[in-house]
Amino acid sequence: MARHHRAISLERGKVLTNTTYAIELKNICKNFGSVAANKNVSLNVKYGEILALLGENGSGKTTLMNMLSGIYHPDSGEIWIDGKHTVINSPKDSFKLKIGMIHQHFKLVDVFTAAENIIMGTEGFVGSSKKAAEKIKEIADGFGFSIDPNKKVYDMSVGEKQTVEIIKVLYRGARILILDEPTAVLTPQETEKLFKVLDNMRKDGCAIIIITHKLNEVMAISDRVTVLRKGETVATVDTKTTDIRKLTELMVGRPVELKIDRPETERSAEPMFFVKDLCVRNEEDVFALKNVSFELYGGEILGVAGVAGSGQRELCETIAGLMQAESGEITYKGENILHKSPAEIIDLGISMSFIPEDRLGMGLVASMDIADNMLLKSYKKSKGLVINRKPSRELAEKLVKRLEIVTPSIKTPVSRLSGGNVQKVLIGREIESNPNILITAYPVRGLDINSSFTIYNLLNEQKAKGVAVLYIGEDLDVILELCDRVMVLCHGEVMGIVDPRKVTKEDIGLMMLGNKLEKEGGAENE
Amino acid sequence: MSNGSKVSTGREPLIRIVKREYNNKLIPGLIRAGALILSIIAGGLFIWAMGFNPFEAYKSIIRGALVGSARDPMSSIRSTIDIFVPLCVTALGLSCAFKMKFWNIGGEGQIIMGGVFATFFALNYPQIPRPLMLLIMLIAGAVGGALMALIPALFKVKFGTNETLFTLMLNYIAIYIVKYLIAGPWQRTPGFASIGKLDKNTYLYEINRQNIGWIAVIIVVLFVYFYLYKTKSGYEVSVVGESQATARYAGMNIRKIIIKTMLISGAICGIVGMIKVSSNHTLTEGIGGGVGFAAITVAWLSQLNPFIIPIVSAIISILQKGSTVMQMNMGISSYAADVLQGIILFCFLGSEFFVRYSLVFNLRIKEAK
Repeated sequence: MARHHRAISLERGKVLTNTTYAIELKNICKNFGSVAANKNVSLNVKYGEILALLGENGSGKTTLMNMLSGIYHPDSGEIWIDGKHTVINSPKDSFKLKIGMIHQHFKLVDVFTAAENIIMGTEGFVGSSKKAAEKIKEIADGFGFSIDPNKKVYDMSVGEKQTVEIIKVLYRGARILILDEPTAVLTPQETEKLFKVLDNMRKDGCAIIIITHKLNEVMAISDRVTVLRKGETVATVDTKTTDIRKLTELMVGRPVELKIDRPETERSAEPMFFVKDLCVRNEEDVFALKNVSFELYGGEILGVAGVAGSGQRELCETIAGLMQAESGEITYKGENILHKSPAEIIDLGISMSFIPEDRLGMGLVASMDIADNMLLKSYKKSKGLVINRKPSRELAEKLVKRLEIVTPSIKTPVSRLSGGNVQKVLIGREIESNPNILITAYPVRGLDINSSFTIYNLLNEQKAKGVAVLYIGEDLDVILELCDRVMVLCHGEVMGIVDPRKVTKEDIGLMMLGNKLEKEGGAENE
Repeated sequence: MSNGSKVSTGREPLIRIVKREYNNKLIPGLIRAGALILSIIAGGLFIWAMGFNPFEAYKSIIRGALVGSARDPMSSIRSTIDIFVPLCVTALGLSCAFKMKFWNIGGEGQIIMGGVFATFFALNYPQIPRPLMLLIMLIAGAVGGALMALIPALFKVKFGTNETLFTLMLNYIAIYIVKYLIAGPWQRTPGFASIGKLDKNTYLYEINRQNIGWIAVIIVVLFVYFYLYKTKSGYEVSVVGESQATARYAGMNIRKIIIKTMLISGAICGIVGMIKVSSNHTLTEGIGGGVGFAAITVAWLSQLNPFIIPIVSAIISILQKGSTVMQMNMGISSYAADVLQGIILFCFLGSEFFVRYSLVFNLRIKEAK
C-alpha cells in the first residue's frame, strides 16, 4: 500500500526500518506532589499496530498519554518517537511529531460545522474551504468514516462528534493516534463502527494507542496489551496469547470473580412507586422527558439504559424533587410527590436516597471532610441551633470501617479521596438513612473493578432488604448482569422495558438508537 | 538503536510548576511568614529608592502607631485602635457573606446606613438615658446595615441580579443619602453641611480614655466563629458557598439562607456605623472612610478565618496610623503607606501561589552540560 510506505519512510530523510518503534517510552516517572502517577513506565508501539493500554482508574494511563501530547512533562525517563530521543513541551510539539490525541471529553466548537471544526487552527482556515472539504472527504472515504462536513456540532450525536475529533487529528497529518476511553459514550453499534475505522487505520500503517478498561474491547481490537497497575507497567502481552481472565488478574493484581451477582429476591406485590406520563423540560426549555411511565417494585433493581443525555439526569432529578416537571404523576404509596421540594418529600416521611451523577458537585461538599458530609443528610434532625457533630463523626468512623474507605482520617476533605472512596462515602451515607427508594446515577463511573463490585454488592444488599432501586448505567454488560428489568431511554422517551435475561446487548443497542420495542414481542418481566 | 542526538522539537523546560500536597500546616505558615518578610524588605527598598532610610521609616511607623507622646503615652495606641475596630468588625461581617460566595462589596454603604439609623435616634430623642440610648443606637445601627444588605439579597434571590455591582452601587446611594441629610433635614447651622456635635449621652463609654468599641471586636469574633462553625445555619452557609447544587440536593432553602446571611453580614457592618457615630460624636459624610473596601482585602488576606482577621486588621491599622506619623517626622508622603500596603498585599497574594504549587528546577540540564 502506497500510504503504508509513506508512513514508514518518514520525514527528515531518515529511512526507518520496520523494527523502529513509532513510540517508545523508557522508564517514565511522573509525580504529583507525593503521589507517583507513573513509576518507571515503559511501553512501545509500532506503525500498523494497535496497542491497548489497560489499567484501572487511577493507574496512570491518562497521565502517561498526556505526556505524549505535551500537556505534562515527565520527571524522568525518555520519550523516543520514530527512533529519536524527543522532548515534548507542548501540544504543538506533539502535533509536529504527528501525534494526535482524542480526549475523553470532546473539544469542539458547538456552533461550527464539522468541516469548520476540523480545519480550525490549520493554515488553510481562512482560504480555500473547498480544498479542505475535498481532503476531509478523502480521509473519510479512505478510512470508512461517514460524516456530513456541513452538519453543525450541536446537531451531532456523541458518535458523530467523536468522528469529527478523529478526522481533526488525521487532517493535521497525525500518524500516531491516542484514544482516551473512546467507547465510554458509544452504543454497541457505534463502537463497532469505530473499531472498523481503527482497523482500517491500522492497515494504513498508523500507530494507535487505545486507553480503556473494557476487557472485551481490548480482546476485540488490539494487537498487544500493556497493563498498568498503580502507575507501573505490569506486563505487555500479545492479545492472541491472553484472555480476559488473565488480563483482569494482571490489572487488579489478583484473581477476580468477574460475574456480577443477581440474587433472586421476592419483589413486592404492589409497585412501590409509579411514574406516569412524566414530561420534563430541561434548562434549554426542550423536552428532556416525554411521557415517561414505569413502575418500580420493592426488592428489584430497575436498570435504565440509554445514550448519554437521553434524559437520565432529568429523570433522577425530577424524582428527587430537584427539577420541576411539566406534567405527569409520580406516586409513592398513593401520594403524588410531583412538584414537591426535597424538603417536602422528606417531611412526608418518604425515605428516598439519590446518588447523583455529579458526586462532588451535588452529592457531597468537596472541601468538607467525611464527617461534615455525613451532616448533609442529618443536620436538620438535631434539635436547636447548634450542630451536634458527634453522631456524624461516629457514622463517618463506622462507614470508613465497614466500606473500607481509604482515607488518612475522617477529617480529610473528600476532594482528596480517590473516586471509588468518594463514591463509598456518598453511597454509605445514603444507605445509612434506610431508604425505601434508592436512585443511583452512574454509581460505578470511574471506579476500579474492586470498588465497582463493592457497589454492586451494596445495591444487591439493598434489593434484598426490599428497597426499590433505580440504576442508571452506561456499561450495558453490567446493566444486563445486575438488573432485574431494564428500561431503555432514547431522546427522553421510553423505548421499552425488557427482561435482561432474554435480550442481547445488540437488542438494547438498537433500542438506545430509537427503535421502539414491539408491544407483542415485548419481554416484559412478569 | 543509535543513541542519536535529541530532536529539536523543544528543550527541556528549566522550571516546572508542580502542585503541592501536604497534610501539615507548617509549610504554608512558613511561606506566608516569608511573604511578610519579603514585603518588608521590598518596602524598605522602595523607601530607600526614594532617598530615605528604610530603618528610620519603619521605626517611625511602629513608634507612630504604638508609642505616644511623653505626656500621654497611650495616645497613639488609642488612635490605632480607632482605626482597627471598624476595619476588623467590618471584615468579620463581610466574611459571613464571602463564606457563602456572596460578594458583598457594600460594606461601606452598610456602615453608612448603620450610622444614619443610629444618628436618627441620637438626634431626635436626646432625653433618653445614656445606657438605653447606646443600646437603641446599637440596634438601630444593626437594623440600618441589615436593611441595606437586604436589598441586594432580595434582588439576588428574586431576579438573580449580580450582587457585586448591586452592592457596589448602593455604596454611592448611601453616601448621597448622608450628604443630603447633613446638608438638609439634619443641618445644625445654616450654611454648614454638618449636624454638629451630638449629645453627651450618645457617646460610647470610655475605659482609660479609650472608647469601648474594641469590646465589639471580641464579641463579633466569637459570634462569627460560633455562627459559621457551630450552628446549623453556619453549616448551611458553607454548603451554599461551596455548591448550590449540593444545597438543593440536601433540601436547603437557598433563598432563605442567602437573605439570612446577608442580614447578619449587613447588621455587623451597620454596628460599625453606630460605633463610628458614637465615638466620633457626630455623623459626617466621611463616616465610611473606605473601611468597607479595605475590609474586603482584610477578609481575604485572612482567608475568612475569624481569628486571623483581627491580626491582619491590626497590621493594616498599624501601617495606616504609623504612616501618618512617618509623614510628619520624615516628610515621606503618607501615600507611601499605600504603596507599602500594596507591596504587602502583592507578596501575600503571590505567596498563595507558592502555598499551592512549588517550582521544580530542572537539574538535568546542568548534568547534560
